[in-house]
Order: sequence, then C-alpha cells, then structure tokens
Amino acid sequence: MWKWLHSYADPERAYKLSSNLLPWFATLAIAFIGIGTIWGLGFAPTDYQQGDSYRIIFIHVPAASMSMAAYMAMATCSFIGLVWQIKSADWAAASIAPIGAVITFIALITGSTWGKPMWGAWWVWDARLTSELVLLFLYLGIISLYASFEDKVLAARASGILALVGVINIPIIKYSVDWWSSLHQPSTIRITEKSTMSTDMLYPLLINIVGFGLMIAAITIVRFRSEILARNGMRPWVRELAKAEGVK
Amino acid sequence: MKKGISYTQAFGTVLKRDLQIAIRHRGDIFNPLLFFVLVVTLFPLAIGPEPQVLTRVAPGIIWVAALLASMLSLERLFKADYVDGSLEQMLLSPQPLPLMVLAKVLAHWILTGVPLILVAPLLAVLLHLDSNSYGALIATLALGTPVLSLLGAIGVALTVGLHKGGVLLSLLILPLYIPVLIFATSAIDAAGLNLPYDGQLAIIGAMLIGSLTLAPFAIGASLRVSTN
Amino acid sequence: MQFDSISEFLNMGGYAFYVWLAYGVTFFSLGTLVVSSVRQKRKVLVDIAKKIQREERLKETRSTK
Repeated sequence: MWKWLHSYADPERAYKLSSNLLPWFATLAIAFIGIGTIWGLGFAPTDYQQGDSYRIIFIHVPAASMSMAAYMAMATCSFIGLVWQIKSADWAAASIAPIGAVITFIALITGSTWGKPMWGAWWVWDARLTSELVLLFLYLGIISLYASFEDKVLAARASGILALVGVINIPIIKYSVDWWSSLHQPSTIRITEKSTMSTDMLYPLLINIVGFGLMIAAITIVRFRSEILARNGMRPWVRELAKAEGVK
Repeated sequence: MKKGISYTQAFGTVLKRDLQIAIRHRGDIFNPLLFFVLVVTLFPLAIGPEPQVLTRVAPGIIWVAALLASMLSLERLFKADYVDGSLEQMLLSPQPLPLMVLAKVLAHWILTGVPLILVAPLLAVLLHLDSNSYGALIATLALGTPVLSLLGAIGVALTVGLHKGGVLLSLLILPLYIPVLIFATSAIDAAGLNLPYDGQLAIIGAMLIGSLTLAPFAIGASLRVSTN
Repeated sequence: MQFDSISEFLNMGGYAFYVWLAYGVTFFSLGTLVVSSVRQKRKVLVDIAKKIQREERLKETRSTK
C-alpha cells in the first residue's frame, strides 16, 4: 500500500495520474452542478416562509460547507508535505488555497444576497458570517505568504506551518464567534432547519454539495498539474512537453 | 568532556541579552506605548466626548489599540537578530530552539506587554471606564498580552526573511487574535455590569497555556524555514 | 416545473434581483477561476519553452564563435 502510494510522489507519475483523472472529475462536476442547479432553481417547491429567495441555498450551503472542507484538505496536504517531505503534497496544498478562497468568497456573497431580503440587511454580524469572513482572511494570508517567497520550497513550508496553526485556531475562532454572537444578538433569525426540509428541496441541495466537492477536486487537479510543471521546469519530460505544446 | 550550559542557563542568557539590548535602545520600548496612548486618545475626538458612549466603547478601544500596539512592536522581535546573523547562531546552538524562542518572546512581552498593562488604567480613566471593570481590564491584559506575543511571534518568524513583512504580518496574525479580543472585551463588559467574568478569564488562561506549549514549536519551525 | 412561465421563472417570486445576483456572482467567479487555472498551465509551458529556446540560442552563439 505505502509503496504503491509513494510511487505517485514522483512528479511525472503524479502528472499522468491527474491528467487521467481530470476528465472524470470535470464531467461529473459539471453534470452534478448542472442537475442540482436546474432542479433547485426550476423544480424544487417554493418555500412557504421565504418564497423563492430561499433558492440561493442551493449554492450558498454547498459553498459554505466546502469552504471549510477545502481548508481541511489543504491543511492535510500541508501536514503531509511538512512531515514526510513529499513535494507533491505541498504543490497540492498550494493549488487548493486560491480555490478555497474563491469558494469562501462565494459563500459570503450568496449569504449576503440571501440576508438582504430575509434579514433586511446585506451584512449582519451573525456568527456564521463572521467566522466565514475570518476563514477568508486565513486563506488570503496563506496565499499571500506563499506568493511572497521567491523559493517555492520554502514558500510551501512557511504557508504549511501557517495552515496548521490555522487548523488549531479554526475551532477556537468558531467557538468564540458563536459565543460572541449569542451574547450580542439574542434575536438572530434562524434559517430553515435542515431536518424539517422536504426531500424535494434536500435532494438538489445534496447533489450540489457533491457537485461542488467534485468541482473543487477538478480545479485542484488543473492547478496541481501546472504547479508540477512550473516546479519541474528542468526535468527532461517537462521540457519535451514544453517543446510540443508551449511553442507558439 | 565539557558539558554545555544547562537549559535554565540558556533561557536566562537569551532573556538577559534581549532585555539589555532593549534597555540600550529605549525608543523601541516607548514607541509602541506612545502609539497605544495616541490611538486611544484619538477615539474620544472622533466619536464625541459623551461619558456614556465612551464607557460603552472603552473596553473595545483599549483592547483594539493594545492589539495594534503589540503588532507594531512585534516586527523587531527577530529582525535585528536576523540582520546581524545572531539568529542563525541561535539556530545552530545545541540548546533546544523552542526554549530559546520562548525566552525571546518572554523578553518581548516584558518590554511591551507589561508597560501596556501599567498604562492601561490611566487610559481607562480618560475613557470613563466603569469603575467595576478595572480589575477585569488588568486581568485580561495580563493574561491576554502574552498570548498576543506568542501568536504574533509565529507570524513574525514566518515573515522575517521577507522584505515586505508589514502588511502581510497583520493579515497573518490578526485573524488569530480574534478569540482573545472577543473574550477579553466581553470579560470587561461583564465586569462593568457586575456579572461574574471568571469564565472568560479561564478561557483566556486556557489560550495562554495552549499557546505557551504549542507556539514555541511553531515559531522554531518557522524560523528554520525563514533562515534557510 | 415549479413555475408556470419563463417570465415567472425569471421573476423568482419577486426576489429576482437577489437570486440572480447570487447565482451570477457565483458562476462568474467560478468561471474566472477555471479560466485562469486552465491558462496557468499554458503560461507555464510557454515560459519553459521560451527558456529552452534562449538556452539553445546561447549554445549556438557559443559554438559559432
């Protein structure tokens, strides 16, 4: 098992594997998000309390849940890269960070456009919104730290340490923000409880959650491949590839 | 065979050295303190002198100003040592790195955190802080500023080798400061309402112990990356 | 289909602006991300190819001297 896994630490094999996997993830992601979104927008029943504004849920909840999941994936990659010195893991972490930031941004924007008709304000200092905002700052910190090092091996290690520090802090931040908002906002309006959701609304939501996960994986693979190429510019196989595809 | 110096000696040496250097450059101690005082005095000018309003916002203002002042002073924690090469000597020495890093952070806290705690009551008077809250203010600052120094040192250690550390540093560490800020200000608020605030203090204490045990290792690892 | 007509679908029960703003921003930013990620690979390869060309030119000028 370990031997088999370690062979994929070789950049060339990792590149080939990800090239083989990419079409699968890309097609499945497009299919899932397409079905989930069309079902959610056009066919799911109207909510009796919130009317049609609740249809934002079909992108808001997937984005919000995946923003956290992407962070965990990135931190796991950083951990593997730091402990076992596997470079592919570092590259994967570096590829996930910008995607996670975009997903977090989407979660914030959709939350805000949902909040305006429901709460009457574009932004409320609600616990979930606030911790999502902090998560965005964590992502941006990691991205800009990675970008400021010239030497990308060091950059990966530095941002890896930061990602791990962030992992320890996320539960603390989450807890403190929850506690803080319960102190300051006794009248927070609750959004529909998940458990009472009808299955006609739940299925498109679940499909979109899976779809967002697949999409993040697909974009990660795309970025991972170019990361491999950029870090292995002197290897013969990359030079061959560049000669074949890179010349205008 | 000659034995090296003990851990306590190493800790003491680093601590003494940092304190001595700082005493010879007094500006480094006073500038963040001055900044802290100035920021706090700006707020009444900006939001008006009504005592009720000031009482309400005083804990937040003092804590945010303390946060910024501690961040301002952090930058020189490793910078001079990095520039003159003594940081690399420290990394090469046989004593465990987290221990010496802890000594440096402690020195930094003595030089910036303690003066902050001493000045804070004075500023609280200016801001008409509720008289019940003074104890809570001192207690949260005493427990909270070491956490700020420890967490901030991680960020400084990561950016010490970079040329444009300033803004990046604030982006890296301000999110990590949020829990301390939340619990500290809420403890002071609770004290102002004559409510018990030992729960908040206990949480800040837990954060202090947690960061005291974990942060030195993260700082050490970051320094090894930065000086590579 | 939950809606009777296309115009009703576009109206989203009066919440058109919010719903379509949310979906618009989402798919716009995802699209930008995908396009920039795909272009990144092309850019890396072009950079490497340019570097190889430069090296070869250097080699040529050296050998002709």
